[in-house]
Amino acid sequence: MSEIVIDKVSKIFGDGGAKPFVAIDGVDLRVEDREFISVVGPSGCGKTTLMRMVAGLETVSRGEIRVAGKPVTGPGPDRAVVFQQFALFPWKTVRENIVFGMRSRGASREERDEAVTYYLRLMKMEGTADKYPHQLSGGMQQRVAIARSYATDPGVLLMDEPFGALDAQTRTIMQEELVRVSKGNPRTVMFITHSVEEAVYLADRVVVMGRNPGHIREVIDVASTRQAERWSEEPIDDVMEKPSFTHLRGQVWRLLREQMGADV
Amino acid sequence: MTRAVPLWLYSLSSLVLFFGVWQGVTVLGLVSPFVLPSPVTVAERAIAMMQRPFAGALLWEHAFSSFLRFLGGFGLAAAIGVPLGLMMGRFRLLDEMVTPVFEAYRYVAPLAWVPFAALWFGTGVGGAIMVIFTGAFAPCLINAYRGARLVDKHLIEAAQTHGASEFRIATEVLLPGALPSIVAGLRVSAGLGWQSLIGAELIVVSSGIGYVMIQGQSNLSPQTVITAMLVIGLIGLLIDVGLRGVETAVRRKWEGQ
Repeated sequence: MSEIVIDKVSKIFGDGGAKPFVAIDGVDLRVEDREFISVVGPSGCGKTTLMRMVAGLETVSRGEIRVAGKPVTGPGPDRAVVFQQFALFPWKTVRENIVFGMRSRGASREERDEAVTYYLRLMKMEGTADKYPHQLSGGMQQRVAIARSYATDPGVLLMDEPFGALDAQTRTIMQEELVRVSKGNPRTVMFITHSVEEAVYLADRVVVMGRNPGHIREVIDVASTRQAERWSEEPIDDVMEKPSFTHLRGQVWRLLREQMGADV
Repeated sequence: MTRAVPLWLYSLSSLVLFFGVWQGVTVLGLVSPFVLPSPVTVAERAIAMMQRPFAGALLWEHAFSSFLRFLGGFGLAAAIGVPLGLMMGRFRLLDEMVTPVFEAYRYVAPLAWVPFAALWFGTGVGGAIMVIFTGAFAPCLINAYRGARLVDKHLIEAAQTHGASEFRIATEVLLPGALPSIVAGLRVSAGLGWQSLIGAELIVVSSGIGYVMIQGQSNLSPQTVITAMLVIGLIGLLIDVGLRGVETAVRRKWEGQ
């Protein structure tokens, strides 16, 4: 059971200094085991900071974050992160990258070989095991990074705008692929994005954040609509034209608009 | 495009000019052979030293014992400097602790350690190795440190969030990430180490190329001194060519990625 509990969490940069900056103020959120949530918000709302605190890459200033009941004190393989910049080890082959996290928990040789075969097939990348990341396209590289995180077998997957660096077509394909992959390998996922479509399409719930300081504006349920309308059985373009989808998208959009109204 | 004159001809012509002028001034009697012997005299002396022992050994044996000392000191500097530099690049506290001592040490010329080398090791091999170490250590550490600092932070975070221990982060992320910088540092370090070695041998040991120079000087044999200088230059060049090869190979492999 890998639920994430974010309990009255604040992040203050330069806390105790002359000019403390409150990035996140009193955020409460509970992500259920195997739930997929996406987090959207205007830039500067602290969505990435929030994710990094769950990852243990940033400290929490106030409050507490618990994953599977245990307080987060630092990074660990139970919370694998997929980065926007892919962050593949350039000196390692695709195979070596995929098994990087598995080796941390002492997976046997057979287990590792099996995982490489499984994930390369799942990602439709057979025959690339011995290539280096630079020999692959951006979309391919991000598939390897996603495979690396899944293969680590974490309870929680944290994704920080993973498709942000990809071109529009590749991005759409990757969104569809992620739905397919996560259906067969359900994990608790926290997905940071600035794309409203992506957030609504992928998530069970969309968390909309606001800024000055960063806080949760509203949480919108998508899962019930997705199940009722059987989104995951249709191609992404068809889903995005459904009235149920456009309705939810509009709802998220309006919330974001309200925040940006003052500045734009 | 093919050049009308190949590049190596330029290198060759400068060598010919150098030895030509040298031979010229000595043959014309512009300087006394006791002040500057001719290249031919030096060549004869070099051949003689390859055939008959001088100062207890043949020329190549002296060169070889110098080279072994160099490897000892240089290897020790790399073995300590590279991991320490990587760790300083990773851990702020270690950086703050080591840096003041390191900065003070780094401006003390290697030769300034010779009295202590003599005091602690006598004429044993340890003294020479210590002096080379002091010469070669700084670039090893500095380049490993800089290289580690320049490793993409996301790679370190990716390693951490995929469960890597600090040891794996050091060996599988920092070391390969910093490798081009480290190899460039090793090249500088080898040059400085080789230079300091000769300085050390002038004083603390009783074999090796530096020792040959001292013996040549006290035998009033400038051709012996020049032979030793040429051997120093030649070995230094070979070391540099070797490491340059490694540097090019690493850079090619890394930049392709």
